[in-house]
Amino acid sequence: MTGPLRIGFIPLVDAAALIVAVDKGFAATEGLDVTLVREVSWSNVRDKLNIGLFDAAHLLAPVAIASHLGLGHVKVPIAAPFNLGLNGNAITVSPALHAALMEEIDGDRFDPMATSRALSRVVAKRRKSGAEPLTFGMTFPFSTHNYQLRFWMAAGGVDPDEDVQLVVLPPPYMVDSLANGHVDAFCVGAPWNSIAVDLGIGHILHFVADILLSAVEKVLALRQSWSDKHPDVVAALLRAHLRAAEFIEEPENRPEVAHILAQPERIGVDASVIQRTLDGRLKIAPDGTMRESRRYLLVGREAAARPDPAQAAWLYAQMVRWGQAPFRPEALKAAMAVFRPDLYDAALGRSVGTPNPIGAFAGPAFDPNDVPGHLAAFKIGRWRP
Amino acid sequence: MREWSMSAESSPKIVIVDESPIRAAILEEGLREAGYTDVVHISEMQSLLARIYGLDPDIIVIDLENPSRDVLEQMFQVSRAVRRPIAMFVDQSDAASIQASVDAGVSAYIVDGLKKERIKPILDLCVSRFNAFSKLQDELDRTKHALEERKVIDRAKGILMKMKGLTEEEAYVLMRSTAMREKKKIGEIAQSILTASELLK
Repeated sequence: MTGPLRIGFIPLVDAAALIVAVDKGFAATEGLDVTLVREVSWSNVRDKLNIGLFDAAHLLAPVAIASHLGLGHVKVPIAAPFNLGLNGNAITVSPALHAALMEEIDGDRFDPMATSRALSRVVAKRRKSGAEPLTFGMTFPFSTHNYQLRFWMAAGGVDPDEDVQLVVLPPPYMVDSLANGHVDAFCVGAPWNSIAVDLGIGHILHFVADILLSAVEKVLALRQSWSDKHPDVVAALLRAHLRAAEFIEEPENRPEVAHILAQPERIGVDASVIQRTLDGRLKIAPDGTMRESRRYLLVGREAAARPDPAQAAWLYAQMVRWGQAPFRPEALKAAMAVFRPDLYDAALGRSVGTPNPIGAFAGPAFDPNDVPGHLAAFKIGRWRP
Repeated sequence: MREWSMSAESSPKIVIVDESPIRAAILEEGLREAGYTDVVHISEMQSLLARIYGLDPDIIVIDLENPSRDVLEQMFQVSRAVRRPIAMFVDQSDAASIQASVDAGVSAYIVDGLKKERIKPILDLCVSRFNAFSKLQDELDRTKHALEERKVIDRAKGILMKMKGLTEEEAYVLMRSTAMREKKKIGEIAQSILTASELLK
């Protein structure tokens, strides 16, 4: 059908649909010859997609939008016809910060408003005593992790640019940085939160699902020009991914999926850690406390794979809120056009389900038709009407 | 040209971010030979950004296998009150250069405003030094392999001498002629002798 395809990915559990589509033969069944290329940085994935060394990539949803809008980097039109995962991140804090938060908390410890207010009190106390500001690690300036951390702490009154420090850390360095006190907390995807807990150096404070009911995480990103030129290849690729996503979500397939993902040339961590992530059953504290959530990571369930332009609008709104982009109605439209449910529906031959709302724990329900009005409801932010 | 680039005013400050000390040394040496005297090597990835801001370089060179490339992306954030760098891959008009640097595994960030004709020789030098390093590493790997093979041959020789009462010369000739007859490498024959003798112990 086509020449061999090269697809770049970062070794994270939400590359599951991509890896299973290839390693389980779903891509081959569709007549596709796919080579997966493991990468070490989002910059590499983005650049190699942009310059045509990759045909497709496992990409942070906000990076796809930033590339399309030319924010912070070269402008390359991107099409994102498939969500590789919803949610899947977690906020992990050091034992010391965890203890400080639990001392201040007034309410349920899984309630993000209660923890955010507790954080605000910890920050105020530290300022009074002249302690260094807390440092939070996240993966990339244009990342869900960045926006999720900011959304959470700002709700309780912490200004992420003034009251704490946010630093980019490559995921493989997160755990070491928490252990040696370089950061006090981080927001990252699987498996890194679980690895910190297993080593006894971190507590998972929140699943992202506590903060946002449904948050698009990674997308399958294509250059728009390539996608336009190869509609049949795109459709075949999406069908292979959908079969993989369905396969992953069948509980009886989980051990096999975890085994495939655990291979050294794929994610390269223990299969049991991967399975815990897929099952949404995570150890959240070094003492072995477990927590379950069906919404920890969604791969294809509840129409999770179908791109929802409202999600792209929400991410663009975060870029505006935190001063990464000015608000422009045409840029909002362009951001929403990155997400391509039309390509998804065409590949499937039908339209499925209605998307879940974003469901943030604070602020009004998100309305993509009124981004300025939505942002005006938040006190902390860099954007002013 | 050399004199011109040696002057303090026009020799750009170059920071090399590389965890491989040998590769960084090769690159640094090449840059100095070409008259770029203001070169700093950072091998420690912790607080990378703070160190770069402190040095305020004109050019940052980083290998593509370094996850800290993502850390450098923070330099592009609009709110930062530092000189704005641009990434090498931004100038897509020069596809051949981009291809060459990706193949060599090197990437660069350049402070906005630095003239293209001044950057090009530096990037070309980085690419050729990165390639030289890969070649060196290949040679090292080959030498290591050859050394290991010699050890295997020596041990196989010893076994033949003991079991068949041969001299060292005869043992070697026997392995070599067997290798030629079976169209195999002498190292492979030696390895089979070692494996067989293990099994027959």
